[in-house]
Amino acid sequence: MIDRTVWGLFAALLVVLGAGFIAADWAQFLLVLALAKGMVVLGLLVLMRAGLVSFGQGLWYGLGCYAAGMAGNFLGVTDAFLLLALGIAASTTVAFILGFLLSRYREIFFALLNMAFSMILFGVLVKTSVLGSTDGFNVLTPTFLGYAPSEAALGDTVFLLTAVISFVVAVLIHWYLGSTMGFIGEAIRENELRVEYLGVSARRAVHIKLMIAAALSGIGGVLTAIAVGHVDPEMTYWTTSGEFVFVAILSGTGSVAAPFMGSIIFEVLRTYAYEYSPYTWQMLMGAVMLLVIIFLPGGLWSALSRSRKGEGK
Amino acid sequence: MLTTVAILVDGLVYASWLFIVAIGLTLIYGVMKILNVAHGSLYALGAYSAAWIIGIYFQSDLPPYGSFAVLILSAVVIGLIASLVIERGVLRLMYGRDEIVIVLATFAIFLILEDFVKLVWGVDPYFAYQPYGLLGRVRLFGLGFAIYDLALIGVAAVIGLLVWWGLNRTRIGKLLLAVIYDREISVAMGINVNLLFAGTFAVGAVLGALGGALTAPAISVSPGIGVEVIVLAFAVVVIGGLGSVPGVLIGALIVGICRAAAVHLLPEVELFIIYAVMSLVLALRPQGLFGRAAVRKI
Amino acid sequence: MAFAARCSAVMGSLATAAVLSASAICTPALAQDDTGPLRMGFVTFLSGGAAGPFGIPARNAAEMMIEAINAGEVPAPYNTPGIAGRQIEPVIIDEAGGATKQVAEFRNLVQRQNVDLVVGYISSGDCLAVPPVAEELQVLTVLFDCGTPRVFEEASYKYVFRTGAHAAMDNIAAARYLLDHMPDVKTVAGINQNYAWGQDSWADFTSVMKVLHPETEITTEQFPKIFAGQYGAEISALLVSGSDAVHSSLWGSDLEAFVLQGVARGLFDESQVVLTAGEPALPRLGRQIPDGVIVGARGPHGDLAPPSELNDWFRERFIAKYGDIPVYATYKAAQALLGVKAAYEKAAEAAGGFPTTDQVIAAFEHLEFVGPSGPVTMAIGNGHQAVQENAIGMTKYDEDLGRVTLTNITRYDQWCVNPPDGVSSVEWIKSGMPGAKCE
Repeated sequence: MIDRTVWGLFAALLVVLGAGFIAADWAQFLLVLALAKGMVVLGLLVLMRAGLVSFGQGLWYGLGCYAAGMAGNFLGVTDAFLLLALGIAASTTVAFILGFLLSRYREIFFALLNMAFSMILFGVLVKTSVLGSTDGFNVLTPTFLGYAPSEAALGDTVFLLTAVISFVVAVLIHWYLGSTMGFIGEAIRENELRVEYLGVSARRAVHIKLMIAAALSGIGGVLTAIAVGHVDPEMTYWTTSGEFVFVAILSGTGSVAAPFMGSIIFEVLRTYAYEYSPYTWQMLMGAVMLLVIIFLPGGLWSALSRSRKGEGK
Repeated sequence: MLTTVAILVDGLVYASWLFIVAIGLTLIYGVMKILNVAHGSLYALGAYSAAWIIGIYFQSDLPPYGSFAVLILSAVVIGLIASLVIERGVLRLMYGRDEIVIVLATFAIFLILEDFVKLVWGVDPYFAYQPYGLLGRVRLFGLGFAIYDLALIGVAAVIGLLVWWGLNRTRIGKLLLAVIYDREISVAMGINVNLLFAGTFAVGAVLGALGGALTAPAISVSPGIGVEVIVLAFAVVVIGGLGSVPGVLIGALIVGICRAAAVHLLPEVELFIIYAVMSLVLALRPQGLFGRAAVRKI
Repeated sequence: MAFAARCSAVMGSLATAAVLSASAICTPALAQDDTGPLRMGFVTFLSGGAAGPFGIPARNAAEMMIEAINAGEVPAPYNTPGIAGRQIEPVIIDEAGGATKQVAEFRNLVQRQNVDLVVGYISSGDCLAVPPVAEELQVLTVLFDCGTPRVFEEASYKYVFRTGAHAAMDNIAAARYLLDHMPDVKTVAGINQNYAWGQDSWADFTSVMKVLHPETEITTEQFPKIFAGQYGAEISALLVSGSDAVHSSLWGSDLEAFVLQGVARGLFDESQVVLTAGEPALPRLGRQIPDGVIVGARGPHGDLAPPSELNDWFRERFIAKYGDIPVYATYKAAQALLGVKAAYEKAAEAAGGFPTTDQVIAAFEHLEFVGPSGPVTMAIGNGHQAVQENAIGMTKYDEDLGRVTLTNITRYDQWCVNPPDGVSSVEWIKSGMPGAKCE
């Protein structure tokens, strides 16, 4: 089903690719990080459409990061696609298991139970000295189906991979959200009991959504690990998860493109806040967050679509 | 034997501290359905203002025991001011929004206050050790304990009793219980929920600040102390049941004793014992030990 | 500029780029010229728990040293203005936010701020994550404080140097000092933070004890969470263990809280406490820390620094400027800046003009220079990792000075407490520290 959104996403891909290739390296790197984290936020969007927010996405993200790092260091796997497959496998498998428990919860309990699990992973990683404890460890330079780019070309290759994957993932999720299973999410948010009366298991639907969110976070984690070249337990800490939720609220849930857009804005905002007010950047970020929550309840995407509608009139 | 005593006493002391820190959080959640991440900042504000005031107090020649009164007074003042700004200034604009959105708003306030504290007090740690040493040391079964720590148990008991009495034996408390039980009906019955919210937030904020102020003498007050506290307090109230006052007591005791036992018997697991207990409780009783299962809306 | 025009057109079409200044994003790194100021990134904790004890003092020292170097006011041999004639222009950024963040910020420093070199990093995690990027971007990077020996033991770098000794020597010296002053120690307990720094410190310390004093028995090992602040249960466990000595690598507010609570409960009366990173807390703890506690400063810094003209100048100037006693982070920051100056100027002399990065690297490798805490040699890690002597002392409250001082100072030769080049410190300790040259 190729609809306007898919064309829009394709156009966005071309713009991002164009921008990324002419931009300075640091901006390209920022874009890679933003897109990778955007995928985690996209996972949150899938959950939020079903009325669920998780304060523990760092768990799946961290699993992806560590799967990629460990596969390289212990198994000698450097192929980016194989790492992606491993990262997805790791995060979805754990999500499948924990999902039996997590899918029973809603609202704040869902958010907090997720957080508890991510904090347990954090605790385990901090205790594991083979994995460098809190210092983490460096990830091997990736190869791409046998192609080992030179140091100069590596950044471009990782960027190309990230941008294309973001596009593919966004289209897939767009299709999923448009399907019956996708819409069930919104039905669950509105009234779970009625969903059950219709003969659908809300728990199973939530379980699947969790696994989708975990897979997306796993991809984001693997790409982050490849791009940064280093993993550490901070990636599973609750503040990292909180950051994802922050970006999700900033973006809004209006479109699958929103998380990526929000993520890019967030990274840019933060890096400039860091540069221009190194002593009060947290305050600046907090203030932006408050303003968005108060004045843009639907996130930045709602502002964008509102202005577009305005033009149409 | 010695270890058992140590576990019990350490566990009780730690539980008292957790109780003081977490009770404000649960009160606010119970009445307002706001999981207040900025509670950590209130704790930090309380600790900083107490440490700062006590530093000044001991430079004068006033009687040292008066420092305890100063300690509590500073927490009340800073808690009231902060609650006015946070609740009336910001949160009021968001009532009726999604619980999660309000959690994020308090997270934003938390970020702002983190830097605010840094701007006001700088990054150098503050000391307020004088009250801690004032009470001296006592030996229990050959183990030295600071009396200040033991006194915390008493303070926690007093606070617990006051809150219980306030909720169950006063008119306002009964109104609050009505709001906790069913907000919509309470509004329909003519209860001024706005006023109650402001009041509850103020009490919760003062309790958070008090937690910080009472801890200040035993620690070195430094940036970032709020981050650690908030996750711990979350764990305690989730274990006990969000919004439940007896739940906080039980949650604090469980966490306190488990942690003390872990430290003495199995130090390796200390880092995640609290989250493990929290996950276990949530898995068995999602609403927490004392929480009420939510009535499903049709 | 066709390039800029094309660039801004594309960026403009990207809705999200509205917040960006397109020209800033698209400007390629400027060609470096040899006449303008030398732009130096300085990365240190400006927020969070490490800011007070390390980050801000290090920044203060860096600012003071840069000012003095630019004016040519540092005593000989550093009394020429600037670095090989060029003034230093610092760009200071916060180290908070974790390794991922720091890798991105490092790129920004190099590519957006166009710094010529980066000096910084207190956290070991950052020191492990940043070097591969420094290699990729080919930027001279000088680590000044972080402790983990893994940086140069697990990899080798061309562009990365560390002017401070690594953490293995802290615990080797601490164990030697403990045995020198308490030869009949039988039982040892530990309380260290539950993260890499604490775990490594304790592992090193116990390994050395086992080598030097095999009958040592470990009674309990406590690993509280970093920034826990409350040590009631841990102190009880230490008291119950009744150990002769207690080892701790706690730092900052954790250390201060531990001392307050431990003293109040008599721990310091019952055990000989060893604080390997205790020196920064001393000026603040004052009378709260009892006499006779064994304290290290991660090198011969602060009160442990041997007297010299440079040291006296540094101390006096720092106290005059900030009113604070300079703690070890300030010494390490100054040491890094002087190391940089020495390397650039040695290279400039050889090159007969302002040196290229490669020439600076060649000069920096195996460089010997003097810091406020004495001679430093870039002797291990293929000439990229510094070694220097270490010193440990005992606390003593000085009534005349009105502050805690360190007495009974014992100095350990740099080859007594550091492994030889090419040997991992863990292996070296485990194999009995062969070839250690101690008097």
